[in-house]
Amino acid sequence: MVDQATADEQYLAKADFQVLLDLLAGEGYEVIGPTLGEGAIVYGPLRSVADLPRGWTDEQEAGHYRLVRRNDEAWFGFVVGPQSWKQYLFPPRTRLLTAKCEHGTWKMQPAEEPVPKYAFLGVRACELAALDVQDRVFMHSAFPDPHYVQRRQQALVIAVNCTQAAPTCFCTSMATGPRCRQGFDLALTELAEGFVLEIGSPRGRELAARLPLAPASEQQCRDAADARAQAEQQITRHLATAGLRELLLSNLNHPHWDEVAARCLSCANCTMVCPTCFCSSVEEVSDLLGEQIARERVWDSCFNPQFSYVHGGLVRHNIRSRYRQWLTHKLATWHDQFGTSGCVGCGRCISWCPVGIDLTQEVAGFRAAADRALFDRRPGAGEHAASVSGQGRGPSGLSASRPFLQQPRGEAGRPLPDEAPELGQSDAPGSESPRSTEGR
Amino acid sequence: MGRPRLAVFKFASCDGCQLTVLSLEDELLQLAEAVDICYFLEASSRMEPGPYDVALVEGSVSTEEDLQRILEIRQNSRYLVTIGACATAGGIQALRNWGDHAEFLRCVYAKPEYIRSLAHSTPIAAHVPVDFELRGCPISKQQLLEVLAALLAGRRPKTPEHAVCLECKRRLAVCVAVARGVPCLGPVTQAGCGALCPAFGRGCYGCFGPAAQPNLAGLTNHLQAAGMAPRRLVSGLRLFNAAAPAFQQESDRLAALEEAER
Repeated sequence: MVDQATADEQYLAKADFQVLLDLLAGEGYEVIGPTLGEGAIVYGPLRSVADLPRGWTDEQEAGHYRLVRRNDEAWFGFVVGPQSWKQYLFPPRTRLLTAKCEHGTWKMQPAEEPVPKYAFLGVRACELAALDVQDRVFMHSAFPDPHYVQRRQQALVIAVNCTQAAPTCFCTSMATGPRCRQGFDLALTELAEGFVLEIGSPRGRELAARLPLAPASEQQCRDAADARAQAEQQITRHLATAGLRELLLSNLNHPHWDEVAARCLSCANCTMVCPTCFCSSVEEVSDLLGEQIARERVWDSCFNPQFSYVHGGLVRHNIRSRYRQWLTHKLATWHDQFGTSGCVGCGRCISWCPVGIDLTQEVAGFRAAADRALFDRRPGAGEHAASVSGQGRGPSGLSASRPFLQQPRGEAGRPLPDEAPELGQSDAPGSESPRSTEGR
Repeated sequence: MGRPRLAVFKFASCDGCQLTVLSLEDELLQLAEAVDICYFLEASSRMEPGPYDVALVEGSVSTEEDLQRILEIRQNSRYLVTIGACATAGGIQALRNWGDHAEFLRCVYAKPEYIRSLAHSTPIAAHVPVDFELRGCPISKQQLLEVLAALLAGRRPKTPEHAVCLECKRRLAVCVAVARGVPCLGPVTQAGCGALCPAFGRGCYGCFGPAAQPNLAGLTNHLQAAGMAPRRLVSGLRLFNAAAPAFQQESDRLAALEEAER
C-alpha cells in the first residue's frame, strides 16, 4: 500500500516531548508506556521521557527474548514485549464483590474500585487491532463487561508506528500492521530528532492543539514513510490465512495435533501473553468462619485442565485437545463468534512459549499435509505418492502417507470430542472439501 | 456440639510447614476460636488424646516407628490432611531412595547401629488413605487457610492444579526462561506459591510438585536440545519432590539415558 504523507501530519520535536507527558498528567491521565523491567521492555507508568527504554531493543525468536543495547538512542526502537495493554483494561485480577453474613443474612457489596483514566503511549498497529478484538468481546457483545467498558472509554490511545520488525512478527499476514491506520487518538512515527504526528480522533485533535507542533516538512514525511516501510520490509514470518478456518476445522482428528501435544507443556503462557485472549474464572475466598467472602475474577486459560471441568470431569482432558481448542478458536471459530480472527500477528505466543512452539509453523504443517493428501488422491498418483512417502517424514514431522482427514462441511464450527470416530475412515473419493485448498 | 478438634503431627521433616500454621499471625486467634487445638507440639505442650476431627500431618514416613504411628493417627482422625512436600512426596530425604542406605549410615554416623531408619522415605499416602494433600516446601499460608475454611464449612477445598506459569503471568512477571534462559520448572509444577521464585528472577525449583497432566518430557527434551545435560535435569527434578511419581519417572528415564550414553 502506498504510504503517503497527509496534510494532517505535524512534527513534535523530542525536546518538546515532555510537554505531552505533562499535559496528559495535568488532564488526570495515568500515562502508561514502554519501560525497562525485569530484563524486558514492559508496560508501566511513565512520568518522564527518561522512563522510556531509549537506546534499547529486543531480540526475539521462538521461545527466546533478550533485551539488547542499540547502537543509537531510538526511543521506540523495539517491537512488542511480554505484556500487552489488556492488563490495564482487563486486569489479571479484578475484585467483583464482597459479602458479609450478619444475623444470618448475606449482604452483598459490589467492589467499588476507582476506574483509572489511562493514556496508553506506544501502542503498535497489531495492538490497536487487539484492542478492537477485545472491544468486540467485552464491549460490543450482548453482555458488555462494565469493568472493561469504563476503562476503555476513558483511555486515550497514542500509537507508535513500528520502524522495525522482529522475526516473530507477522502482522502483514493478519492485515493488522505495521502501519497504524485506525483506533488511535494520536499516532507517532519516530525520526532521529522528533516524531511525525497524525491525528486520529477529535480528542487527539484537541490534545494536538495544545502541543508545540510544527507542520511536518516534506522531508520529514518522507523519512517517516521510509522508516515505516523498513518495518514492513523486515517482516519475514508468514501465516497463510486463505481457507485457514476450513483447513483447521476439517482436520480435527489429524495426527499432527499429537505431534504438537508432545511438545506443548499446556502451561498457558501463550494465552496469558496473547493480547486478545480473554478467558477468566471467578474465584471466591472466605474467612475461616465463612462469615465474609470476596469474589474475584482472574485470568484463566483453555490450557488449564481445570478450566474445562464440568460436573463429572474434564471436557478437554489431554494436551492435544487443549492445544486444538486454542488454535481452532484463535484462528477459526473466533470468526464465527466475533467476525474476526483472534490473532493479530504480534508473535507474542511464539516468543514467550517456553519451548518455542510457533503457530505459523503448525499451521504450515497442516497445509503441507493437506497438499500432499490432495496429491495422493489424484487418479494415478498413488504409486508416486507412495514412493514419496517412503522417504520418511517431512520437515514438519508429518507423515506424508497419512490420508488427510476430512470433516463434513456445515459442522465445522463445532470441534469434535476426542471420542468421535475418525472421520477419515469414511473418506470417499471426491469427498474432500474444495474449500480446504482455497487460495492455494 | 463442641468445636472441631484439630491436631498437628510431625514425621520426618524440617518443621517448616507446621511453622506456616504458626505464621498465620492475623488469623491465628480466629483459628483458635474456630477449632480446639488439641495436639500441636510445636505450639503447645498440651497433648489431648484423639479422636480428632482434623489431623494435619507433616513429614514423610522414614522409620519403623513412623509406620505404626501413622496408622494410629489415621484411626483417630476423621479428616487426614497431609501438609508439604515431605508428607505428599517423601521430601528431600526421599533422595536416599536412589542411594545405598547402609552406606549412608556408615559414612555419616559414628555409631550407625544407633540409627533405626527405613531404607526409603515415603509419602503418607503410601501407607494410609489421605483426604487432602497440600503441596509445597513449605505449604502456602493461603492454601492452608482455604483447606481449614473448607473443612469447617463442610465443602471441598479448592486449590489449583495448573502450572506455576499461570500465576507468574497473573502477577505480570517476565518469564525468566524466555527472557534470560534460566531453566525453570514452572511449566510442569503445580501453582500455589504465587510464582515466588520466578518473580524474583529465579527459575522454579518445583517445590509444589508436578502440575496436573504435566508434560515432563516436553520440557526436558527442549532443555536438552538447548544444551542442558541430562544429569543436570535429573538433579533438578530430584529435589523437594523427588518421589512424586511424575518427577520420579522422568528423572529415572533421564538417568537411564545418561547411563546409556556413558
